[in-house]
Amino acid sequence: MDEVPIKASNDVVHVRQKVRVAAAGTGMSLVDQTKIVTAASELARNTLVHGGGGMARVEVVSAGSGRAGVRVAFSDHGPGIADPGLALTDGWTTGNGMGLGLSGARRLVDEFDLATEPGEGTSVVVIKWSR
Amino acid sequence: MDRVPILKIGQTLLVPIQVELEDQSVLQLREDLADEIVATGAKGVIIDISAVEIVDSFIGRTLSTIGSMSRLFDADTVLVGMRPAVAITLVELGLSLEGVRTALNAEQGLRLLGAGS
Repeated sequence: MDEVPIKASNDVVHVRQKVRVAAAGTGMSLVDQTKIVTAASELARNTLVHGGGGMARVEVVSAGSGRAGVRVAFSDHGPGIADPGLALTDGWTTGNGMGLGLSGARRLVDEFDLATEPGEGTSVVVIKWSR
Repeated sequence: MDRVPILKIGQTLLVPIQVELEDQSVLQLREDLADEIVATGAKGVIIDISAVEIVDSFIGRTLSTIGSMSRLFDADTVLVGMRPAVAITLVELGLSLEGVRTALNAEQGLRLLGAGS
């Protein structure tokens, strides 16, 4: 497992690179690699911009059938998300973007788990499986 | 931060993106291009993203604003060389690149601008 601190803008690039290497190692198709790297890029930026920085944990996981996948867990101790359901709606934005970060990232992965507590922080775990 | 170079060929500015795009690089490119279009009076901008492995919503949105901004200086922007995996991912992400036209490669981009022979 690789841990990547997310403290500055270029850490988003570091997260992408770690996820790219892990995804390529599972034998995942190039399209699926691109999807998980793009989702990780969105979520890393959220961690930085909305969470005030945090951490990404990147690891290769395997399902019972021998299928391999990449799991990326993002965590921050920022303000949290008051209404996660709303935050996952296309077009919902705090004003800086187009509101595709969270909802778009969810569409690009196979598993998406968001846990957030106002005042405590946010954790997002995503998995992409190789086909 | 890596800076993206801007080449001038006739009335066209060619921008080959060969670096891993961090947010600052793409914002810097937007500023550099504005300055360069105004300084040269270029009528077209070709941004070559054939070496770009991912375009996320931030990068995509900034490319869009580059296109809209160029319009204000009477220049058209064509995005060329998008990788198939990037195109598929952009569509799924829900991102439409308003403000920019697209072409398969730089040659076709030039033709679109009416700048090639």
